[in-house]
Amino acid sequence: MHEITPDNPILRPEARKGRLPGRLNKWHYASGALALLVAIPLLVVFSGWLQPDTEIWSHLAETLLNQLFINTIKLVIGVGLGVTLLGVTLAWLTTRCDFPGRGLFDWMLMLPLAIPAYVMAFVAIGLLDFSGPVQTALRSWLGVGHYWFPEIRSTGGVIAVMVLVLYPYVYMLARTAFLTQGRSTLEAAQTLGYGPLEVFRRVALPMARPAIVAGTSLALMETLADFGTVATFNYDTFTTAIYKAWFGFFSLQTASQLASLLLLFVFISLMTERATRRRAQYHDTMRSGKPTRFILHGWRGWSITAALSLLFAIAFLIPFIQLCLWAMESISEEFDSRYFGLLYHTLLLGLLAALLTSACALVLGFARRYQRDRLTAFTVNIANLGYALPGSVLAVGIMIALTQSDHFFHRLTGLLGYNTTGQILGGSVFALLIAYVIRFMAVAHGPVETGLSRIRYSLPEAARTLGARPREILTRIYLPLIRPGLLTAMLLVLVDTMKEMPATLLMRPFGWDTLAVRIYEMTSEGEWERAALPAITLVLVGLLPVILLVRKTLQDR
Amino acid sequence: MKKTIIALLTLAIALPVYAEETITVYSARKEHLIKPLFDAYTEKTGVKIQYITDKAAPLLARLKAEGANTPADMLMTVDAGNLWQAAKEGVLSPVQSDTLKKNVPEHLRDPDNRWFGLSVRARTIVYSTERVQPSELSSYEDLAAPKWKGRLCLRTSKKVYNQSLVAMMIARHGEEKTSQILEGWVNNLATAPFSNDTKTMQAIAAGQCDVGIVNTYYFGRLQKKDPEIKLALFWPNQDEAGVHINISGAGITQHAKHRNAAIQLLEWLSSEEAQQQFAALNMEYPVNPKVTPDDLVASWGKFKADDLNVALAGKLQTQAIKLMDRAGYR
Repeated sequence: MHEITPDNPILRPEARKGRLPGRLNKWHYASGALALLVAIPLLVVFSGWLQPDTEIWSHLAETLLNQLFINTIKLVIGVGLGVTLLGVTLAWLTTRCDFPGRGLFDWMLMLPLAIPAYVMAFVAIGLLDFSGPVQTALRSWLGVGHYWFPEIRSTGGVIAVMVLVLYPYVYMLARTAFLTQGRSTLEAAQTLGYGPLEVFRRVALPMARPAIVAGTSLALMETLADFGTVATFNYDTFTTAIYKAWFGFFSLQTASQLASLLLLFVFISLMTERATRRRAQYHDTMRSGKPTRFILHGWRGWSITAALSLLFAIAFLIPFIQLCLWAMESISEEFDSRYFGLLYHTLLLGLLAALLTSACALVLGFARRYQRDRLTAFTVNIANLGYALPGSVLAVGIMIALTQSDHFFHRLTGLLGYNTTGQILGGSVFALLIAYVIRFMAVAHGPVETGLSRIRYSLPEAARTLGARPREILTRIYLPLIRPGLLTAMLLVLVDTMKEMPATLLMRPFGWDTLAVRIYEMTSEGEWERAALPAITLVLVGLLPVILLVRKTLQDR
Repeated sequence: MKKTIIALLTLAIALPVYAEETITVYSARKEHLIKPLFDAYTEKTGVKIQYITDKAAPLLARLKAEGANTPADMLMTVDAGNLWQAAKEGVLSPVQSDTLKKNVPEHLRDPDNRWFGLSVRARTIVYSTERVQPSELSSYEDLAAPKWKGRLCLRTSKKVYNQSLVAMMIARHGEEKTSQILEGWVNNLATAPFSNDTKTMQAIAAGQCDVGIVNTYYFGRLQKKDPEIKLALFWPNQDEAGVHINISGAGITQHAKHRNAAIQLLEWLSSEEAQQQFAALNMEYPVNPKVTPDDLVASWGKFKADDLNVALAGKLQTQAIKLMDRAGYR
């Protein structure tokens, strides 16, 4: 282990790994402040325990809870395996292999990210259920009851839909990880006689572990928090129970209690994962140029092309075409001049949220890098929990926290002899942005942290030795090196913010409608066809940053 | 950095400043079903209306949290249960208005005048005209009979419309009989419950099942798109309580800053002038007995509606959900 340099925390982590810090420094305060920002609404959620309502609990325990746990576990395992296998395989294929159309698939495979999960769910059921066009055609050819068709409204169906919309998280993070793996390491492995599969399994994969885990955790947190997709399938999960308690039994308390259990589960999982890799370091020590690709010739290459085309068709093209068809039916009654306002609000909120959240994530990332003690691990994990709560529950938590601060402000001014009323934070753009930061911190943190973890400590140290100031080390060493990760973070947050519904609905200032609000208006009573136009606009707007990101990361290589 | 903070704070403070003659509405009824009426009202009176839309439960949570600082003057929902709950939680205040009493029949408003129905939504039986004779049908309860085994399609029990329907059955029949009916329904299901009424009807049209229970305006939407669709509505329980109805309605908030203006708006919404459009925009039925429904809606025929107060739907909702859970109705 290297010598401790307490006067110079930007260079090396404290050697007190896994202990409580001896002395607090600016990174503790910074990560602590961000954790507090997230913790306040979470505490509001936990405060549901102050008013226990045993009646609903015993009813749930009697009737549903068992099944809900089983369903949720099935979903988590299915989606977890699915997104990891799919995302990692695809990332490996597009970054380290060559086959016909590779350049196109490289970015096309990110596109499903722009399709909201509930849209995918609706399209899948619309097409494949008994009354859908596929089975109707089968019936007219083969006759009723003379064919076998998998039931789409089933556990397998939900898992498939979720995997298709969530694999891009793993794909994008693993892709960046593979792209930044140096040539020498991989070539050394090849020199030792490893074939493509072995290089992948024994070198590239272990090195990309933080990225893959980050991607999979994002996908799983979203799975646990999801309501739209499971509701479309009428598939009962733990989240269903949360909404049942709230909307059905009118008990926000019980809903909060259930939600806080969900949070606890995610928190423990995150801490456990950290603990298992605490000692491992993932720096690429020999980062030198672009490694050669494994070229897949002949039928091998083409069969990969065919498989990826099929995947792309299912995950993006078919839902997109279906949306286009619906949009054409309704464009005359749906399109009006207000659309530009919707577009403007969507983009503005998305961009601001992306910048703000990524900046916060960067602070967390640095804190984590330089303070490898238990306190920082704890605060960073707290700061990332906002993503694991069902959207509406978190939105209400944030809203209550903000309105309480308004009340507090009024009492304060009252004491000072002024009389103020009305909303200050509540219902402002600022409040909405805070909500996005809280919600999407984990989304930005994943790529930022994996980006940072690849930079070995000796690099900034060397710069320091050469007389660089901390600011220069940041702008000339760190920022260029984590640019791919930072861009991925901003893109993910941008797209996620644009799709976000519950917080936007509840906290938007009057008149600040976005495309997602418009989609809600139409889908809330099942008018999916009329939601197609805003949904397509959302997908198209989401495509721009995806393309931008791809061009950037290509240049970086 | 400092400048940014100052700019953000200014933004935060400057934004929520409202003009005085602006009524604020929190609405669970969708924008395109209320905006045309609000626009008409503004044109007629000069009173501006601003609104946000969301689901009823988050809006109610927001109203409660904001307390006396709420900008909201009116809460609008699409079912009686949520209005009943809002009243129970004390965010709505009673309104003594002869106009509202005259325009809104007694069973479609709160006995304590804290909320008023504005349109009626009928939940009735839909059947395949190819495989079912209307003479085979009689009541919701009859759909539990063995002759419908494997022929029934239902929407999920998580939807408040079904919870209200079952709540009203509890009010009429008591828990035990309602439980038996629910178990009968579940036994007769052809497939797992659907997430919405439209899917239910499409399944019946496609032959997956023969009968179902839906809100009439969903049927209207399908019929508009495909006038040849082989489905029809049946009005059940005509010799007994009548067809189950729910309301979409509104109430004035406890801390309304523009109480009188908001009451005037509510009265106008219940008037003959507004009622036709309010109901027609979503193919619902007007609450005001003097107003006739839209042509397509009228073409489905007249029916006897249940005249129990819709407040019961809220009161018995919890009980209804419990019964449905126990019966295994998802």
